[in-house]
Amino acid sequence: MKNKLTGLPKPVKILLWVLLALFAYAVPLLEPPIISTPGVDFGGVLFTVSIYCLVALGLNIVVGYAGLLDLGYVGFYAIGAYTVAILTSFHASWPLLLAIPVGVVAAMVSGVLLGAPTLRVRGDYLAIVTLGFGEIIRLVAVNTEWLGDTRGIKNIAKPPGVGGEEGWFQIPHLFWGDGTVLLDTEDKTKFLFFGVLDQIPYYWMGLTAVILVLIADILIKNSRVGRAWEATREDEDAAELMGVPTFKFKLLAFATGAFVGGLAGGLYASRQGFINPQSFLLLFSILYLAAVVVGGQGNRWGVLVGAALVAYLPQRFREFDDFRVLVFGLALVVLATVRPQGLLPPRRTVRAKKLEHELEELEEGTGEEENAHA
Amino acid sequence: MPEAILEVQNVTLKFGGLTALDDVSFTINEGEILGLIGPNGAGKTTCFNAVTGVYRPTSGGISFQGRSIVGLKKHKITQQGIARTFQNIRLFPTMTALENVLVGADAQHSTGMLSALFRLPKHRREEREGHDRAMEVLRFMGIHRKADELAANLSYGDQRRLEIARAMATNPKLICLDEPAAGFNPAEKVELMNLIRRVRDQGFTVLLIEHDMKLVMGVTDRIVVLEFGRKIAEGSPADIRDNPAVIAAYLGVDEEDAS
Repeated sequence: MKNKLTGLPKPVKILLWVLLALFAYAVPLLEPPIISTPGVDFGGVLFTVSIYCLVALGLNIVVGYAGLLDLGYVGFYAIGAYTVAILTSFHASWPLLLAIPVGVVAAMVSGVLLGAPTLRVRGDYLAIVTLGFGEIIRLVAVNTEWLGDTRGIKNIAKPPGVGGEEGWFQIPHLFWGDGTVLLDTEDKTKFLFFGVLDQIPYYWMGLTAVILVLIADILIKNSRVGRAWEATREDEDAAELMGVPTFKFKLLAFATGAFVGGLAGGLYASRQGFINPQSFLLLFSILYLAAVVVGGQGNRWGVLVGAALVAYLPQRFREFDDFRVLVFGLALVVLATVRPQGLLPPRRTVRAKKLEHELEELEEGTGEEENAHA
Repeated sequence: MPEAILEVQNVTLKFGGLTALDDVSFTINEGEILGLIGPNGAGKTTCFNAVTGVYRPTSGGISFQGRSIVGLKKHKITQQGIARTFQNIRLFPTMTALENVLVGADAQHSTGMLSALFRLPKHRREEREGHDRAMEVLRFMGIHRKADELAANLSYGDQRRLEIARAMATNPKLICLDEPAAGFNPAEKVELMNLIRRVRDQGFTVLLIEHDMKLVMGVTDRIVVLEFGRKIAEGSPADIRDNPAVIAAYLGVDEEDAS
């Protein structure tokens, strides 16, 4: 299956990707049975999934590519969210589209400030330092009146819509009856009106961010920067002796991860309209890390799957109530036993296999020539 | 008189009370193969580590192409043109052979985040050059067919070859090989000797640490002998073979028997 897909010509592949993206955009309108969440707003759940995906992609750069265990990732998320909250509501009334870039830059700067002194330590020590960072950010928010202390900040700006209250146009949802599918003309989503009730436009916004970050991820990973990260993860001393300025690249990984984390935080704050320090508990850092590890750290598609599961499953099985956390824990334990590398570990071997096959074909015909040439 | 490329001047290196290198001096001339030999624990690898910036000498100087490299960061020394391999293989196991070599080639590149993100001409040029260079080096080492295999899946011999390829890809002037023949059978050793000569013929200067006396005698132009952190002899392979101090150091015989 995989081989068939990778063998397709480029335009076909691009078409498939576009179709997949369109499907992803359409999911909340299709409201497919089984997948759709009874009892919770499906659009809202999907928005949460998209934010988790974003966070997982960012954390994957730090943990999966560069191999830096970061247990305080929620700190960057909080910085992004608080910057947006302060600038659009609490101390100023900037438009959201201006506040988010500032929030992202603030998160990045904090990443550099945290990384510059701490990236000299390795492994477990780094994990402890970052753990402290995440908690410090939260406690600063709790204890600072300027940041709204425990009461938090409300009335955070919404994204600007298109076409006012009614939207540009309206798209009906599907309704799945007993064996029939109908267009539900009562239930419509206003295209790009960011209101309170309908969460779907926020999901589209989150999904767009995920796609952009995903493309950037692919471009960066497949370059000198990505190789330097991986070399540093594999053997830091050897990388340094092969001319990789490892400290610089670790700092870059931290800053890039913080960038994405800050972006996710800003989008989250805007959707929520209200944030307080309770939104940035240590638990979230651990959940984000769980998403990355469950999916398969180092593989961007793996961490997307991991993030989707971690965000989605507890919402889907809401009816189990308190048990869902227990089940989630059990699922993690089972996964750690059965697939310690994660659901989708990085698979370079696919490429290796393909080459092997090609070489075999070559050797039958032109192998001799090749040898003579070498 | 050939020009000296690396000068090690009176280098002393102490770890607490232990003196690992004691007033060691030698020079490597451009285009030669210099052997660094000595019994176990003589300080050969420590000497390598001092040259490549892993350890900073307690006293003494090291200059490369006339400039001091003491205190420079390790990656800067590599970028200036000293590359090395490791006694116990240290590849990037989950990266492919080609990617391992590309990391080496990247030492001379400067593509950053933005160039990569927007696929600027610099990224494309360096990526193409690096790729060509990497494949050329892999072909030279005879492992180009395994370019897309994970380093961890290569055979032991190919891993050793890949280490040399990765070092060569950094485009060094001086290449330091730390026991490249360790674990090789005699036939492979002969092949490696020829290979080291060809590396030199490509214009690299080679510093070679090796246990196997036969290999060292056959391939080097000059030899420096260390024992207990001190240089006890230096000269052509023929001189070294007949040097009583060297024989004593290696065989542990009495001086009178040796002479």
